[in-house]
Amino acid sequence: MKTIISTSPFLHHEATTPKIMWEVVYTLIPVLGVAVYYFGLSALLVSAAAVAGCLVAERLFDKKKKAIGDGSALLTGVLLALCLPPGFPLWIAFLGGMVSIGVGKSLWGGLGQNIFNPALLGRAFLQAAFPEAITTWDLPTGNYWGVRGTNLAMPFFKGTPVDAISTATPLSQLKFSHEVTSTMDLLVGNVSGSLGETCGLLLILAGVYLIARKIINWRIPASILATAALFSGILYAINPQYPTPQFTILAGGLLLGAVYMATDYVTSPLTTKGIWIYGFGIGFLVVMIRVWGGLPEGVMYAILLMNAATPLINRFTKTRVYGHEK
Amino acid sequence: MSTSLIGSLQTFPHGVHPEEYKELSCNRRIERMPFVELYTLPLSQHIGAPSKVVVKEGQKVRRGEMIAEPGGFVSVGLHSPVDGVVHAIDLFDHPNGQVLPAIQIRTDRFSTQQLQLKPVPPEEMTTAGFIKAVQWSGMVGMGGAAFPAHVKFSIPEGKTCKHLMLNGCECEPFLTCDHRVMVEYAEELIDGTRILARFVKPEKVYIAIEANKPDAITLIREKAAEMDFAIEVVPLEVKYPQGAEKMMISAILGEEVPSGKLPLDVGVLVSNVGTAVAMSQYFRQGLPLIERVITVSGTALKRPSNMLVPIGTPMRDVVDYCGGITVPSPRILLGGPMMGMVQKNLDVPVVKGTSGILALTDHEVRDLDTYSCIRCGRCLDACPLFLNPALLGMLSRKGLWEEMEENHIMDCFECASCSFVCPSGIPLVQSFRVGKAMIRERKAK
Ligand code: SF4
Ligand code: SF4
Repeated sequence: MKTIISTSPFLHHEATTPKIMWEVVYTLIPVLGVAVYYFGLSALLVSAAAVAGCLVAERLFDKKKKAIGDGSALLTGVLLALCLPPGFPLWIAFLGGMVSIGVGKSLWGGLGQNIFNPALLGRAFLQAAFPEAITTWDLPTGNYWGVRGTNLAMPFFKGTPVDAISTATPLSQLKFSHEVTSTMDLLVGNVSGSLGETCGLLLILAGVYLIARKIINWRIPASILATAALFSGILYAINPQYPTPQFTILAGGLLLGAVYMATDYVTSPLTTKGIWIYGFGIGFLVVMIRVWGGLPEGVMYAILLMNAATPLINRFTKTRVYGHEK
Repeated sequence: MSTSLIGSLQTFPHGVHPEEYKELSCNRRIERMPFVELYTLPLSQHIGAPSKVVVKEGQKVRRGEMIAEPGGFVSVGLHSPVDGVVHAIDLFDHPNGQVLPAIQIRTDRFSTQQLQLKPVPPEEMTTAGFIKAVQWSGMVGMGGAAFPAHVKFSIPEGKTCKHLMLNGCECEPFLTCDHRVMVEYAEELIDGTRILARFVKPEKVYIAIEANKPDAITLIREKAAEMDFAIEVVPLEVKYPQGAEKMMISAILGEEVPSGKLPLDVGVLVSNVGTAVAMSQYFRQGLPLIERVITVSGTALKRPSNMLVPIGTPMRDVVDYCGGITVPSPRILLGGPMMGMVQKNLDVPVVKGTSGILALTDHEVRDLDTYSCIRCGRCLDACPLFLNPALLGMLSRKGLWEEMEENHIMDCFECASCSFVCPSGIPLVQSFRVGKAMIRERKAK
């Protein structure tokens, strides 16, 4: 809707919602590039499928037929893809995208209304519905053109495709066989994992950029990472069986989650105090789930849980208004 | 007192940085608007009771002669801006959009318009005499609100003015009239400040100027140094709304004015620099408030200028004098772009509260696409009062006035910082104006 401005203010900051969404998408291009470098064409195909699912759902459920222009569905699609394994069946990625937008956003009333991060909600759905497919990881191959057989799996046909090589992610290696991946490998991304989570260095750079551009609130990644590092550091100090703080931060989806998922405006608290509580909660839960939960990874559930707490946090962290006592 | 990370200038927390557009007119010397044929002087140019007419149609008046006297305590005098004849006393279009009583003066074409006024030496005056003199001189706050100056200067029993602050922040984009006044009338500014200080007896006097006016800061520091009493010139960070009284007090003293109270409750009196200059002109030369400096600017205007305009001059004449408008359908505003109002009709007079006439093009004013609130929190980081505009906006869309009141909407002073930053183009402050009006209306019932 165009509004003809007839009352002040007549000037407006240059940032608009679509511009912000697009800028975040641009920062994901290098992340996607690295995914292609490590996982080949598969990475692109999975992303395209997830994005297509999101866009189709956005178009389908949006009565006014204009929401697609705000860029948020595209962003959700890319983010969803980044937390899927490279050999993920394309049709499931597409379905995941549809669920992300359809159930994660449109059902709530569209942009700004949802409680849960749509990309993570879609991911959680896939985890529940296709637990096998989503934990089928493979190692970076350096084979750019090789499309993984699993990508082309047909809907509802069971059976293991021939060339599925299932390897363990650094987190599951640690959890189930106590093998530690080197920090260097984690930084450059030469490990197995979801498309966007493996290259720690790039995610840190992207985070710094987004903070400098004031697109994401620095307090969110800062509080998540600080809490996770501190908590796992304490555990490590007590018993070196537990992962080191640097492993906690670099392995798995913590950086991706802290920079791109937890910072989603819609599903994070509005007030500064609320943001600290939220970040602390995520950092704490991630370590809890990873160490004591049944799963190797806990970022997704940690963020979704704190998303659920956000309305409550907003209610209880009112800002102190100028000229009023607390 | 909060200091910004970059540099060490004092400022308040939060606020926004709109583009300034001051370069259009900040180096243009104040020009005197030539006399025109007809002046329209509304009886309500200030907040409070209208002035009472003391002239008759057809009566000859001198430039500076009183034509209407204060209509109560919260009211001021009104004077003729020219030698001429009372042409009509009737209803005329007022810049606020209403049709209101006004006196029209037809200029005497053969007069040289020489002022024949006597100074009003403040030295022997009592405080009561001073207050009355200010009231009858027609003085109002020149910052835009046009609140009678003498009411502000009357310090009630039990309160004291510890800090006198002269406001030269001028944080609204485009406006440069206060800047030019400070540079071109520095002596009068210091003198007016001293006259005011004589009566309100502050412990400390400050002149606050945003750092984007270095020439004014240097000059006034120099002039102030020559004085026999201390004036501290405080450069403040360039940030909107730095010129709001509460924000200035935060910046200088680090203190908050409690909700619902006045600056005087924390011992502060704030006055605009233009008001101080007008005071000096009145007490030293006897010149009542019959003219003021306004900024006429915008990219749709041929020659952006700072003009010394007799009160009552039709805006159209002022705009034409500045070369006229260069585009077919500009947006004409009164005041700055953050808090000013659209003016559709240029056939209204410049009044005491007019600080600027702006003609903007689509280059500056973009129509916005609106999206849902994405809860980005930018409005919370912008609001200088630490309100939650996102929440208030949501409540106003649902018509939940009581909840809005609980969330302190009545504290909002409509600075528009929240709307300025909202990436979803949500008309926040616009809906707050409605909400506040609704709440007031309900209270009245
Ligand atoms: S700035 Fe606009 S979109 Fe962002 S939280 Fe405030 S109202 Fe919502
Ligand atoms: S208009 Fe009101 S709510 Fe908005 S920033 Fe200004 S004071 Fe805060």
